[in-house]
Amino acid sequence: MSETSIEPRPWTSEPATTPDLEQQVEHARDAHLMLDPRPLEESNQQAIASMQRTSRLTWAVVVVLLGGVGMAAASWLIQIATGIGVTGLNNTIFWGIYIVNLVYFIGIGHAGTFISAAFRVLKFETRRPIARAAETVTLFALAAAALFPFIHLGRMWKAYWMIPYPNQRQLWPNPQSALLWDATAILTYVIGSILFIYLSLIPDLAMLRERTTGWRRVLYRALALGWRGTDREWSIQESAANIFAYAIIPVMFSVHTIVSWDFAMTIQPGWHSTIFGPFFIVGALFSGVAAVIMVMAVLQRFMKLAYFIRAEHFDAMAKFLLVMSFAWIYFYFAEVLTNWYGNLPPEMEILDLLMHGAAAPFWFLMLFCNIVVPVGLLWMRRVRRSPGVLFVIAIFVQIGMYLERYIIVGVMLGRPEMPFRWSSYTPALELIIAVGAFAFVASFYLDLHPRLPHHPALGGRRGAVVQWAAQGGPGVHERQVRPALGPAPGRELRYGRIPGTRAF
Amino acid sequence: MKARFLPVMCQQCGEAPCEPVCPVYATYHSTEENLNVMVYARCVGTRYCANNCPYRVRSFNFYEPEFEGALVEQLNPDVTVRSAGVMEKCTFCIQRIRRADQKATVEGRALEDGEVQPACAQACPPKAIVFGDASDPESQVAKLIEGNERRYQLLHNLGTKPAVYYLKGGASNV
Repeated sequence: MSETSIEPRPWTSEPATTPDLEQQVEHARDAHLMLDPRPLEESNQQAIASMQRTSRLTWAVVVVLLGGVGMAAASWLIQIATGIGVTGLNNTIFWGIYIVNLVYFIGIGHAGTFISAAFRVLKFETRRPIARAAETVTLFALAAAALFPFIHLGRMWKAYWMIPYPNQRQLWPNPQSALLWDATAILTYVIGSILFIYLSLIPDLAMLRERTTGWRRVLYRALALGWRGTDREWSIQESAANIFAYAIIPVMFSVHTIVSWDFAMTIQPGWHSTIFGPFFIVGALFSGVAAVIMVMAVLQRFMKLAYFIRAEHFDAMAKFLLVMSFAWIYFYFAEVLTNWYGNLPPEMEILDLLMHGAAAPFWFLMLFCNIVVPVGLLWMRRVRRSPGVLFVIAIFVQIGMYLERYIIVGVMLGRPEMPFRWSSYTPALELIIAVGAFAFVASFYLDLHPRLPHHPALGGRRGAVVQWAAQGGPGVHERQVRPALGPAPGRELRYGRIPGTRAF
Repeated sequence: MKARFLPVMCQQCGEAPCEPVCPVYATYHSTEENLNVMVYARCVGTRYCANNCPYRVRSFNFYEPEFEGALVEQLNPDVTVRSAGVMEKCTFCIQRIRRADQKATVEGRALEDGEVQPACAQACPPKAIVFGDASDPESQVAKLIEGNERRYQLLHNLGTKPAVYYLKGGASNV
């Protein structure tokens, strides 16, 4: 970059207009991704602008989605009033779509925090735009997942009996039950995830507090906890988030392992498998990464965030998805091969049902979605950098992973040890609730998008600010700042990498 | 291929897979009678127990039980009618066991063999079902299974230690 002398520009939400300047901005971003040489205020305004525009189309979609949620809620009320008999479950297959949805949404919820935390731990400074998209996915998916244990219960109005609370008869939940482990692990993860997300949101909330009016300002003021942006606050926030990141990764691994133990701890053929823990973790990350890619693609396309979420981010996530696909294939191959080679009759009945029986269409579709589509396409750089194509691949992965859980729950349960109890499962009313859950997640996301920043605007700039401060640059307050571009004489390294960080 | 017919009620396993999985202790083991006992009022309906039963002999109240007209009058006064959303299981007619046990206690004697009959054994015309205390070597059921090479247990390889024994058919192949 040549030395330039550009006068500081006044604050404006308009992007820089000089073509030459635009070019140089792009050039700098290509080289260093997140070290955006634009004045901080400009990118803040960009982030805010994306939050303030809610188009009619968005509202129309939200209304439709809320209609779906309403139908699901009505179905649930019917089920409560009538009994679980309104579902397709029977006296052989006692668990169905509800448990499938529970596992599916928990899986989606896993990737979010994991991706965010792992990037933080590995010091991928380019993580920031992905991290926020991933964290919100976690939040909403967990909100949906948490409903299903209750919807599933025969007497959901007695659900509080599963909580340890002091009572006259001194009855406590059974610590031997995997369901109790499950509830404990999920609750831990939900609380941890919310705190982790909130920590990283605080500076952005403060930024919004300063730049909004009315009820939003009141809301953001309360949420920002009096954040002023001093160096001390920044360093406390940074180390707290780092501690959380290190702590939440093992929690993430434990949660999906324990979810898998709901199945693996039983003696149901097809479920009783030692490999289920890691297999479920891999499956969760696989579908979760795909979900994050879908959200990134939607944000990038419809919420004018293309400036923040770039081809490099899609490329990185697509590579991650490809790796997870390979990992899933490895685990599934190991699982099927072991069962097949062992040739035990109950296991073979299930394999037969999957390969040649009534469940074969599901099974082969699952293999197609989870193996052929991602492995066949993601090796191409052009595909990895195209949000539209990635979105379609991610949908295939979602279908494949949903089918995987469906096969484990709805199909395998139909083949218990005693042949006279064999059965099959056709979902009924629960399908409406399942679809409603997807609408719930989507509407939640669209409803909330004007309230929370998608892009950690300040967080993304932290690195640049730190660097400037270290070099005696303008520091945190950029009011007087800072020509949009160009290293000052003798400071050529200004846009270099922050020590201890790396790009993808 | 020959069809074989077996009455498969709850096998009252000594190591029952259904018991540890219940999050609210609605089903637990009664060591005195070696029975799997069900506290219906405690059941919240996770249906985990039924999934983990290799015999799949539990059944769930998918709907509120309904009895038309005068059928209500025939309900057993010793047994509660459980609501929708609760898991059902064979109890070996524990209400009969308890009643006979209390009667014997009041009379200051031990329970006699044959004093308790579950409804299935009572109703079976050819007396194919025999009920009794297997730990008492003098009981009819102990004599039937002790050293009998026709005896077997369902899925004994799973280690569930069922309390129910079956006797293999001979020529009749039943």
